[in-house]
Amino acid sequence: MQAAVELRGITKRFPGVVANDRVDFEAAEGEVHALLGENGAGKTTLSNILTGLYRPDEGEIVLFGRPTEFHSPRDALDAGIAMVHQHFRLVSPFTVAENVVLGDHRDVGRAFLLRPRTIEKRVGDLSRRFGLAVDPRARIWQLSLGEQQRVEILKALYQDARILILDEPTAVLTPQEAAALFETIRAMAKDGRTVIFISHKLHEVKAVADRVTVLRRGRSIATVPAAAATRRSLAALMVGREIELGRRQDGRRDGGDAVLELDGVWADGDRGAPALKHVSLRVCGGEIVAVAGVAGNGQRELAETIAGLRPRTRGTLQAAGRRLRGGDPREAIAAGIAYVPEDRLGTAVAPGLSVATNVVLKSYREAPASRGPLLSLRRIRELAHDLMKRYDVRAPGPHVPAWQLSGGNLQKVVLAREFSGGPAVLVAASPTRGLDVAGIETVHTFLRDAAARGVGVLLISEDLDEILALADRIAVMYEGAVVGEREARSATVEELGLLMAGGEEEPA
Amino acid sequence: MIRIERRLQQRRWLSVAVPLVSIIVAFLVATVILLATHHPPLHSFRRLVDAAFLANGALTETVVSATPLAFTGLAAAVAFRMNLFNIGGEGQLYAGAITGATVGLLLAGAPSPIAIALMMVAGAAGGAVLAAIPGILRAFLSTNEIITSLMLNYVAALVIDYLIFDSHSYLRDTKGFEAKVFPQGKNLPSEATWPNWPIHGLVLPLGFVVAVGLAVVIWGLYARTRFGFEVQVIGDSARAGRYAGMRTRRKILAVMCLSGAIAGLGGASQDGDFRHQLDPRGLTQANYGYTGIVVAALARYNPFAVVLIAFLLGGLQNAGYALQGADFPAGLVGVLQGLILFCVLGGELFVRYRIRFVRRPRKAETPAAEPAS
Repeated sequence: MQAAVELRGITKRFPGVVANDRVDFEAAEGEVHALLGENGAGKTTLSNILTGLYRPDEGEIVLFGRPTEFHSPRDALDAGIAMVHQHFRLVSPFTVAENVVLGDHRDVGRAFLLRPRTIEKRVGDLSRRFGLAVDPRARIWQLSLGEQQRVEILKALYQDARILILDEPTAVLTPQEAAALFETIRAMAKDGRTVIFISHKLHEVKAVADRVTVLRRGRSIATVPAAAATRRSLAALMVGREIELGRRQDGRRDGGDAVLELDGVWADGDRGAPALKHVSLRVCGGEIVAVAGVAGNGQRELAETIAGLRPRTRGTLQAAGRRLRGGDPREAIAAGIAYVPEDRLGTAVAPGLSVATNVVLKSYREAPASRGPLLSLRRIRELAHDLMKRYDVRAPGPHVPAWQLSGGNLQKVVLAREFSGGPAVLVAASPTRGLDVAGIETVHTFLRDAAARGVGVLLISEDLDEILALADRIAVMYEGAVVGEREARSATVEELGLLMAGGEEEPA
Repeated sequence: MIRIERRLQQRRWLSVAVPLVSIIVAFLVATVILLATHHPPLHSFRRLVDAAFLANGALTETVVSATPLAFTGLAAAVAFRMNLFNIGGEGQLYAGAITGATVGLLLAGAPSPIAIALMMVAGAAGGAVLAAIPGILRAFLSTNEIITSLMLNYVAALVIDYLIFDSHSYLRDTKGFEAKVFPQGKNLPSEATWPNWPIHGLVLPLGFVVAVGLAVVIWGLYARTRFGFEVQVIGDSARAGRYAGMRTRRKILAVMCLSGAIAGLGGASQDGDFRHQLDPRGLTQANYGYTGIVVAALARYNPFAVVLIAFLLGGLQNAGYALQGADFPAGLVGVLQGLILFCVLGGELFVRYRIRFVRRPRKAETPAAEPAS
């Protein structure tokens, strides 16, 4: 087998860090090659080099036997390398077919008129061939994250990519969906394509890859055949020590009163159909309750309903003993409901405005941020300054626009702001999505601390490892309903996965 | 290969340097045109500047032209800051002119300060009411305010025409000799004539003073108050505003009405300061509302800059009137004005974007680059 792609001695330095340090990597045609490593091990940098986003400081890229230099992502696309990003790059009002064609740089200059039927047919053919079930005429905003990922893969296949890079593709999937994805990956490999599978999950790597290259602190540590490796041996390579799966031990779920109570809540989704169907939930002070489920099963609507952003159609909602009318964010804020939305840049902050503005986004109405109708700009700056210092937010100052902050620092700002209001309940929706390992750690610590101080935390997440590490109780949502509730201590991944896929009906 | 990239950081000095360079470029291009049409460029430019700012009475004329532009510019800036595109400044100015003139006529015999104050209130109210229509539609039905406010401009223009030309309304003069020959509005009583103050040959009308005062108030409102904070947040991200518990609908309506009120005040100033009657022909030909959008854009929605730009643009307009004549066709004046505007607006690109010249990279050569079968 010829090597489809070979990286020799790739080094990439950023100010203060060597992200890739003489990395060697090689993947053959028709191979599924996993790139395994912790967050921050240099996987993303390496894939950015491979897709032409970065240029290596040293080293060489060899494609199908020829040394190649990429000057732009376009060159990499032309060379048949496509990446499926963790954060999808889709135009949400467009249809699947339109997005697929939009990603195809080859046709853009050539055909002025789009022929939707032809495209839809080709997209349909591809999706059948590779087991990527998605309606070509559906619009992106109507799709779940899992479906959106299929669109991203279709985009790559449509432009006939020979080398596909999948960046942590299972992060948004149920175990069952992940299994389907693995079949797609195998089908693509069988078709002669090279699949580079980036992950930090050992069992996935074992399940799907032919070979594994392990990265650690920017270096390629080893390349081993997946069949010969064990989870333990891979883990040892990856972290350089033995790892253990942490579980939250210090839960005190029997302490507090109920701070959030939903009883038979219904709410409509964006398209008018009910997205929440008779959801009942109870969160006590000092407790972390996790809502597990595959994205698109009503979690976002649940969070929005609690936060007052979405009116409910039936049922009752109580926070800190107060009954809420609902559909009014200000009422929810006043009732002590803090909300960390999944969509950080789009909802949690005004991205173009300063960090200082965003720090007082919810408290600008009261002292000390304002006196009567007037703002106290000096006090606002001081508040922001204090908060940035206390939570170690790395930014040039309170005046920089929020969008310039890294994901982790921005999330610190959001969490700190939400917490500074002295909430009774904290609703956190996918709070670690897109963060690096340090950022994830910070968020987790934050949530644990919040619970330790008596705040009732409702954690909505798709990451079962995260849920198992943090939660006291786990509720699983499927198609808008809570299909099961488990004590975190006794829950297993398999059991939860089954519930997430709607495998077991059970009254909540 | 040329690439246009967004600047990560907008540099302060650029916002001064770019317009300056743009104006220089405009004059360079104008030089070529003037040479081609056998006009001495330097002399023409001198006359342009003379007529706008230096000649006897030129500044006064410039301020006269600048006053309505300052109002409509502020009106546009106030709304655009919240990403609320009120294109209806034109119609709201007419509305303010109608209500302002009506109140001015009704208050014949009242003490002048009261008459003038009520004219202002009426003008602002007229503009606000007209702006409230697209405001309500936008806030509660998510209708595109650009289209609705624009369409209302035509409605307002027809109404103002109707009042003078097609009806025997209260506002129309039906008695005077001239009025029998050509329909016109009733002259306002002297109590409703707004005062002005001569300072070293420059006559400062009340309207301009009010516009400058408004600029200060608007700046304070937007930079220092809770209202301004909310407008900023909603303008940047309406979702974030709602998430933070802001009443976004009310804010849309309030800002729309504020914008309309400012334009309407500009209309009342036209009645009281300059025209002393409801003057449909003059108002509808002047395009104050649309020019105000240009003013606001050039000023980057900064209220102080709006006044400054209105002043410069007023000078340019005024110079146009003075320059044209037998030796200098009106069309050429328009070309010069257009050039300056074009260059300054086009130059804006460089404040936010930069241009990089890069060598065209060689194509990566691999077998996979072949088109799919």
